[in-house]
Amino acid sequence: MSDARLALEGVALRLGPRPVLAGADLGVAPGEVVGLLGRNGSGKTTLLRIACGLAEPDAGSVLLEGRPLAAWGRRERARAVALVPQETHFPFPFTVAEVVLMGRAPHLGWMGFEGRHDLDAARDAMTQLGIEALAERSVLTLSGGERQLAVVARALAQEPRLLLLDEPTAFLDLRHRLDVLARVRAFAEAGGSALVVSHDLGLAARACDRLALLADGRILAVGRPAEVLVPPLLRAAFAIEADVVTGPDGTPVVVPVR
Amino acid sequence: MLAALAALLLAALAVGLAVGPSGVGPGEALRALLDPEAAGPAGDIVRRIRLPRVAAAALVGASLSLAGVCFQALLRNPLADPFVLGISGGAALAGVAVMSLGAWIGAGAGLVPIAAFAGALGATALLFGVAGWRGRLSATTLLLTGVVFNAFASAAIVFLASLGGLSEGTSIFLWLIGTLSAARPALLGALAGLLAAGLACALPLARALDLLALGEDTAAQLGVAVERAKRLVLLATALVVGGAVSVSGLIGFVGLIVPHALRLLFGPDHRLLVPASVLGGGAFLVACDTVARTLLPGRELPVGAITALVGGPLFLLLLRRQSGRGALP
Repeated sequence: MSDARLALEGVALRLGPRPVLAGADLGVAPGEVVGLLGRNGSGKTTLLRIACGLAEPDAGSVLLEGRPLAAWGRRERARAVALVPQETHFPFPFTVAEVVLMGRAPHLGWMGFEGRHDLDAARDAMTQLGIEALAERSVLTLSGGERQLAVVARALAQEPRLLLLDEPTAFLDLRHRLDVLARVRAFAEAGGSALVVSHDLGLAARACDRLALLADGRILAVGRPAEVLVPPLLRAAFAIEADVVTGPDGTPVVVPVR
Repeated sequence: MLAALAALLLAALAVGLAVGPSGVGPGEALRALLDPEAAGPAGDIVRRIRLPRVAAAALVGASLSLAGVCFQALLRNPLADPFVLGISGGAALAGVAVMSLGAWIGAGAGLVPIAAFAGALGATALLFGVAGWRGRLSATTLLLTGVVFNAFASAAIVFLASLGGLSEGTSIFLWLIGTLSAARPALLGALAGLLAAGLACALPLARALDLLALGEDTAAQLGVAVERAKRLVLLATALVVGGAVSVSGLIGFVGLIVPHALRLLFGPDHRLLVPASVLGGGAFLVACDTVARTLLPGRELPVGAITALVGGPLFLLLLRRQSGRGALP
């Protein structure tokens, strides 16, 4: 997997006595959207943090475009990888435009003032997510979902090659969920790579090229949605009994039984 | 916008020079300034009393306001202020310790700013040690730590003062409430130097402060060297708080009021807010000190009383708004 954008091999991390990750292997290729699924506490967020350098694994290797992540410069890495965290707390009334422009930070010079291209990138990102009308609104006056859209726009404005999203759609209504996933797909079609943590199996099946199931700190299975969303694997990963039917567009639909 | 604030600062300085309890009026003051050779009481009053005093007010106000805006971004809380957090208290305690012990060991008053800087650093370390270094400190933890440390520092200051040669009640009272009436011109150079050093640390990090305000993970993910930035900003705050406290004692709430007002006017972008706070803080304290000098005929109020009278209610208002949003755990 030397041509992979992101390659995790045998990644392990303990937090206190508990092993959060115990040898996880996962690759994301250019132009690919990979969904990361698993129960609460299965290590999905930790895996994303490791993939963008916010946490360092105790063991295993993390390669970004074939080079160990730790060997990347801080700003160089920030120009290649963007993270949309589960939640962002805003202590001050930044406007949406200001928040989105912060995505340009790793591209700026020493004193940190934006140029023409930075403003264009931010405006583009807002337009893509349909929040250009909110540009001058304070984030403190927005709903949780609108705020999350602003953070996704910030990540797009960062113009990364690898986009990591931690439940980006958790606070969003159905319309906006579809919009965000459509943006992620478009990002991948343009050559980007995305790794998306989601609890919404149906949307993940539709938006992702491949799905990875994380259980007990390891990748239990990885493959096309129809290969991964099968009753035995769902039982192992989520401790649920589920039927899987085929939806009208051919993607698997998980129907939990108990 | 910065030009408007600079003009405001100049206007405040001009008014501060032009009025005062001595009855030397604006015209006489102008003449005394323009003609340094002019002898007589008016020249002495303007050049040797009012000028150092308004300069001290501007520098102290700028310093405290810079510290406030830095703390607020770093702690991700608009309630943070060097006085409220007990950082000023730590600086004052160390300063008084040197003053009272200095009489025995023969140390000069020139050591006071250095001691105050060390005290501010110590109080910062204590705050982060108690409240935990990583993540977002809860407002409750911050405020409780600050309140308790302030009470401790005040008690220790009174204790030290009664041991040492500073037992005249008034001077210690003035240190605790904060005043510019004892500002010695000899310390102004040190104060200006500390402010310049603090600005040199903080200004290049203005964009990093924006990102840090959204959380350390967000900042790190966007390429900020988080630990280095935090250390530099805390160093900057300790430098300016040490300088301010060694000149004026414990003047509270300037670092709360000024950045808050400027954020309402200009928004929270620190590339503008940091320099604006420096100018606005200077103007604000010069104005407050002018009021303190002239409000009651024949006597002078400590300027710390004026800032606390304005800042206390504002603090409660902010606290109430924060708890209304559920930000107080």
